[in-house]
Amino acid sequence: MNAPESKDTFKVVGTRPIRPDGVEKVTGKAIFGPDYKASNMLFGAIVRSPHPHARVRGIDTKKAEAVAGVHACVTGADFPTLEDTIIRMGESAGSTTDMSQNVMAQGTVFYDGHAVAAVAATSQEAADEAAALIEVDYEVLPHVIDINDAFKQDAPVIHKDQRQTGLGEGEKAGPNVSTKFVMANGEMAKALEGAAATVSEHYSLLPVHQGYIEPHACVATWKADGKIDIWCSSQGAFNIRMLTASFLHLEIGRIRVMPLEIGGGFGGKNSVYIEPVAALLSKKSGRPVRLAMSRSDVFRATGPAPGAEIDVTLGADADGKLVAADVTFKYSAGAFRGTDAMTGVMHAISQYLVPAFSVTGWEVICNMPKHAAYRAPGAPQVNFAVESAMNELADELGLDPLDIRIKNAVAPGMPSMMGTPFGEIGLVECLEAAKVHPHYSAPLGPNQARGVACGTWMNFGGPSTASVSIAEDGSVLVAEGNPDIGGSRASMAMMAAETFGISYDEINVTIADTSSIGFSMMTGGSRTTFATGKAVVEAAQAVIEILCERAAKMLEVDVGDVEWMDGEAVSKSAGKRLTLKEIAVKSGATGGPISFEKGVNPLDHLPGYGVHICDTEVDPETGHVTVTRYTAVQDVGRAIHPAYVEGQLQGGAVQGIGWALNEAYIYNKDGTLDNAGFLDYRMPVASDMPMIDTVMIEKPNPAHPYGVKGVGEVSIVPPLAAVGAAVGNAIGKPMRDLPISPDRVYSAMNGKG
Amino acid sequence: MSKIHVTTTVNGDEREFLCTPGQTLLDVLRGELGMTGSKEGCGSGDCGACTVVLDGEMVCSCLVLAGEAQGRSVSTIEGVAEGSQLHPIQQKFLEHAALQCGFCTPGFIVAAKSLLDRNPDPTETEVRYWLAGNLCRCTGYDKIIKAVMDAAAELRQERTAA
Repeated sequence: MNAPESKDTFKVVGTRPIRPDGVEKVTGKAIFGPDYKASNMLFGAIVRSPHPHARVRGIDTKKAEAVAGVHACVTGADFPTLEDTIIRMGESAGSTTDMSQNVMAQGTVFYDGHAVAAVAATSQEAADEAAALIEVDYEVLPHVIDINDAFKQDAPVIHKDQRQTGLGEGEKAGPNVSTKFVMANGEMAKALEGAAATVSEHYSLLPVHQGYIEPHACVATWKADGKIDIWCSSQGAFNIRMLTASFLHLEIGRIRVMPLEIGGGFGGKNSVYIEPVAALLSKKSGRPVRLAMSRSDVFRATGPAPGAEIDVTLGADADGKLVAADVTFKYSAGAFRGTDAMTGVMHAISQYLVPAFSVTGWEVICNMPKHAAYRAPGAPQVNFAVESAMNELADELGLDPLDIRIKNAVAPGMPSMMGTPFGEIGLVECLEAAKVHPHYSAPLGPNQARGVACGTWMNFGGPSTASVSIAEDGSVLVAEGNPDIGGSRASMAMMAAETFGISYDEINVTIADTSSIGFSMMTGGSRTTFATGKAVVEAAQAVIEILCERAAKMLEVDVGDVEWMDGEAVSKSAGKRLTLKEIAVKSGATGGPISFEKGVNPLDHLPGYGVHICDTEVDPETGHVTVTRYTAVQDVGRAIHPAYVEGQLQGGAVQGIGWALNEAYIYNKDGTLDNAGFLDYRMPVASDMPMIDTVMIEKPNPAHPYGVKGVGEVSIVPPLAAVGAAVGNAIGKPMRDLPISPDRVYSAMNGKG
Repeated sequence: MSKIHVTTTVNGDEREFLCTPGQTLLDVLRGELGMTGSKEGCGSGDCGACTVVLDGEMVCSCLVLAGEAQGRSVSTIEGVAEGSQLHPIQQKFLEHAALQCGFCTPGFIVAAKSLLDRNPDPTETEVRYWLAGNLCRCTGYDKIIKAVMDAAAELRQERTAA
């Protein structure tokens, strides 16, 4: 195996080649979700609820069907009734009936924007006209958006008989509570009593959207033989296949999903929204049907990450060593259950070694779209609260905020919250690198201040498949089942090239459709370079073995005499070598085609850690905050393609800055979303941002052939508290509620906060 | 509904199409003309993914009616490279890894070219403000700004050499 101990001996890993799909993407040729067209295709439109909660008494599609060019209408009645089963999708899970109802209301609408009906016509204009003529008779029901209101015992009931998990025996929770999840260890009360310093505060955040620029779009065709082809962009074609099959009650083998290029996902494109609807419209019309969301649809009906209400109590001894941590939070889930409360608990204090802790997470159903995973789902919210409290604790003890973190940081061998010992993690190295970074000691200007925070994400491995085949002329072809959302074709090609000992340019990477390669879990959980990378390396190693066998035949030597070195089969006894090309051109005579498909399911991933330093300047007249300097330090395991790893650190940091300063779902008293567009849902733009400096700490994961840990998600976790601390330090008042909008800063500065 | 007959120039080619009065230039580019390089991220002029140049002015093609293109000249992402020769901005986007998902990239490249066509030596702040109408959710803008600055430097060098 070409995986030497020292990085210096790598030839390809660690370099910065141009990504294989790059030219297509800078010339406008790449085909994304909304770009695909099928022959004889119809255009669909979806009717969405204007109410946050209502019973659907009836749907009349007669007028819509009379519009010239209309070929099919679909409502919730067209969806099969399902048995409720739980489907696990890596870092998230969901019930089939919930998710099917989320795709299209089946009797009740649960949020503003909930799909109730759909129509397909020969033009988009005709489809839109017909959709406006579909008459839905609603009986409006009381709604609840705010987490605290939804949590109450006397809150409006969203789902009768809401399934509730995790409650203690005899414990009664409000009707909208779906989950209680607790992790605890040690004697909390006693530990707090003995603390030299404590901080006990409340923090809050509003839901935010993933904000990918490409709206969801798909084309589906239900063919005469009962088989279905779907073209769409998603984080996992296999996920789309599985969920569409479940909702439509079909065997998986009848559905083939063709992955198109994906224009951002961040967790929000693991879910299925439109594909089953397009499939049903196609079944009824007998023609391919395209469905595409508008930006307003995207905001109203997909995505957001949970809002949160969080209480944190931290206790430390006089040296700043944590003795106790008590965290209780409520996360919103939207209209149906989710899983972020569980991951929130798991990431609440997992960056620190705390002898006594109790972390309780509640998940609360409310009349918003079913929440979706968003980069390190569940972690940033609770991390904002705990890291903000940690900064307040450092202030109380007169300690440097990095020093107090170094004192408490988890390190290899220490027990995790679950009690199992940590592997080769790199939090301490990150904290130490941050401390000596010139940014940390740089002078600050007037109205400027600095904040720091650290954060973690567990990362993931799981099932992936890759195949490697050798063409007749020796070209190397790699196929994988994971959509390339940020340059992963490049990292796959690099790992394959390193393994073969050939150049990067000699590898060709394809994202295969669901009928052309074995199962691969979605691109998410920071798992692709780790798990799919492992599949690529192991498939390449198997092909190398075949190449050696073929070379042995050609050289008429024993296979044990052949070694693979730098892209060639070498026989020491014969004193001969054969190149990959020489072996490939003779493959017809030595045993036929050379290829190998490898399925893996690695679970020896390691968590990642990041430390961020943020400088902000506050305008004393308006309360407006400008980020003036930013540094992200992260343990990346090993950076296969360092430029794309830096990109992950930078992109996550800026999403986190947006979350901290600007972004929020704003519902009005009628329960409808007031800011369903990019003008009013204000994401960071280029002029808001400084350069984002990155420091990559490389502490390889010994379980991966090239040391990969996964890097995509950690970077969104620390910014919330780092920005919060910077603003708080600038105005001398802690900022405990996000977003830190100018009015909040102004009020805090002027004693109204 | 009767349609409007429009004759226009797209990336130097004379093109004709029929459109309804309500159709946008973006709809026609992506639909009737089959050029899907310009993207629709919002349809309201907030994301810049549909940026094209109309008679020398940078516009969001989702905010221009298709009928307005009559007798005018439209430049899109499909016309930025000359044949298979990438424009230096495109090349620098690749070298700097200035794209992750690539969906906003065409809009950024058209907008950046429009900037460098009129200001060959912009400051970082000028680049950031010129591109403030283009949303990117993946990169945090860092590598995009560096790519544009680097392309500007290379274009200046080419001009000096020429």
